[in-house]
Amino acid sequence: MTDDVAVLGAGMHPWGKWGRNFVEYGVAAARAALADAGLEWRDIGSIVGADTVRGGYPGYVAGATFAKALGWQGARVASVYAACASGAQAVNTARAQILSGLADVVLVVGADAAPKGFFRPAGGDRPDDPDWLRFRVLGATNPTYFGLYARRRMAVHGDTPEDFAQVKVKNSALGALNPNARYRKAVTADEVAASAVVADPLRLLDICATSDGGAALVLSGMDFARRHGVADPVRIRAVSTVTPRYPNTVLDLPDIATDSAAAVQPAAETFRESIARAAYEEAGVGPEDLSFAEVYDLSTALELQWYEDLGLCGEGEAAKLLREGTTALGGRIPVNASGGLASFGEAVPAQAIAQVCELTWQLRGAAGDRQVAGARVGIAANQGLFGHGSAVVAVR
Amino acid sequence: MVAGWFAGDGEDFRLIGTRCSACTSVFFPREDGSCRNPGCPGGELEEVALSRRGRVWSFTDSRYRPPSPYVTNPELPWEPYTLIAVELESERLVVLGQAAPGVTVADLTVGMEVEVVPGVLHEDAETTWTTWQWRPTGVTE
Ligand SMILES: [Zn+2]
Repeated sequence: MTDDVAVLGAGMHPWGKWGRNFVEYGVAAARAALADAGLEWRDIGSIVGADTVRGGYPGYVAGATFAKALGWQGARVASVYAACASGAQAVNTARAQILSGLADVVLVVGADAAPKGFFRPAGGDRPDDPDWLRFRVLGATNPTYFGLYARRRMAVHGDTPEDFAQVKVKNSALGALNPNARYRKAVTADEVAASAVVADPLRLLDICATSDGGAALVLSGMDFARRHGVADPVRIRAVSTVTPRYPNTVLDLPDIATDSAAAVQPAAETFRESIARAAYEEAGVGPEDLSFAEVYDLSTALELQWYEDLGLCGEGEAAKLLREGTTALGGRIPVNASGGLASFGEAVPAQAIAQVCELTWQLRGAAGDRQVAGARVGIAANQGLFGHGSAVVAVR
Repeated sequence: MVAGWFAGDGEDFRLIGTRCSACTSVFFPREDGSCRNPGCPGGELEEVALSRRGRVWSFTDSRYRPPSPYVTNPELPWEPYTLIAVELESERLVVLGQAAPGVTVADLTVGMEVEVVPGVLHEDAETTWTTWQWRPTGVTE
């Protein structure tokens, strides 16, 4: 008995501002993943949709919406929402069904048609909703939070805006090699420095855009994969879905304040660190085993934070790791070989699934010009609003 | 809009949170349901005034007009405001707030002392929405 789940197929709809309904992107990604797996939609026993909350009812019931668009065929259905971690929770739902014997082969789909500009809370006056409150009372957008973390890194670790810009330079160069990326042009440090300040110290090119896009995976048990003629598939070995532990002392979206540590001593590790640790423990690997990593670079500064949270380096050493080229393609541990969110932009329910697509292509050796040589173990990490941890470890 | 989050005038202005009578955990914004410490048997949540002064944990600003429900007048040019996250020593928590008018990121450093002051978030013909703001005290670490 293995707890591994096989990735039989991966597919995407290219990211961009296409101006169409999210269902179209999801269906295109699903068809691409099915074709990649060599399976018909009718062969699929279960579909899991990662929800978008900006699509009204069809978005809230993403699983059924994609199933209907693909053609009702009686599959088991689930829809999951966990903000940025929705895609990872959809993968985990599929995995749980496979490992429990509820389904042999599962289609996971996430897609979004994101609004222009800042994300904003759902409509109506809702003073009991922390997300509504942070906008109404403080005007605290996502970029202002990214700015707070960036400034904090500068004060505590000595990072500079030039370091942050180098993350964009690295990721945009990789995105230029990825046909699914929205931005396919290498950006220079001067271009970052010349872009407008959005939330001091971060500039427009330090912050990821909002995008349309879709991503899908076909997952199965190892027995099904063998019967299907795939002896050595990419395997998902761990999915971390942890919550923080009280007191959570790092100010985080959408909260206006942290928990108090007056009564209870905080844990030695932060929430983001615990996301990675849970994945490592489940997979039986450590950061030293990784060939590459995909992380949520919602801002350039946040990518650096992930280096430390994943244990790629010690606290405060991320900028040094970047400067040494360790996280570039060809370095010891390339980060965001896909181009990252810097090149894709946010299509919230799709992006954690897209990360696993990249893990799959890299581990198959099918990533083209952006291939990480000899990739054997990859991690994808992100964090969803409202305390959703998310990391996936895949191996070959 | 946010009933009971702050109270008092002038020197007596304070943020208001709640404190668990069993484990002494402090909550801001106020928690009136039940104590969120998972190791706590559950006590009464009593109103408590937070420290008036704290130190800057981090800061940033908003160079572009935020979306609704933040209320701004689209007829007027956008004037960036500064946001400060402030660490309160005795409560051991960090509270985000807008800076007092005129305070820019150039006036701030991490670790600098600030104090909470009453401020106006927005006003129209009928209503003035008040809020809390952070203002440097001039004392540096
Ligand atoms: Zn308590």
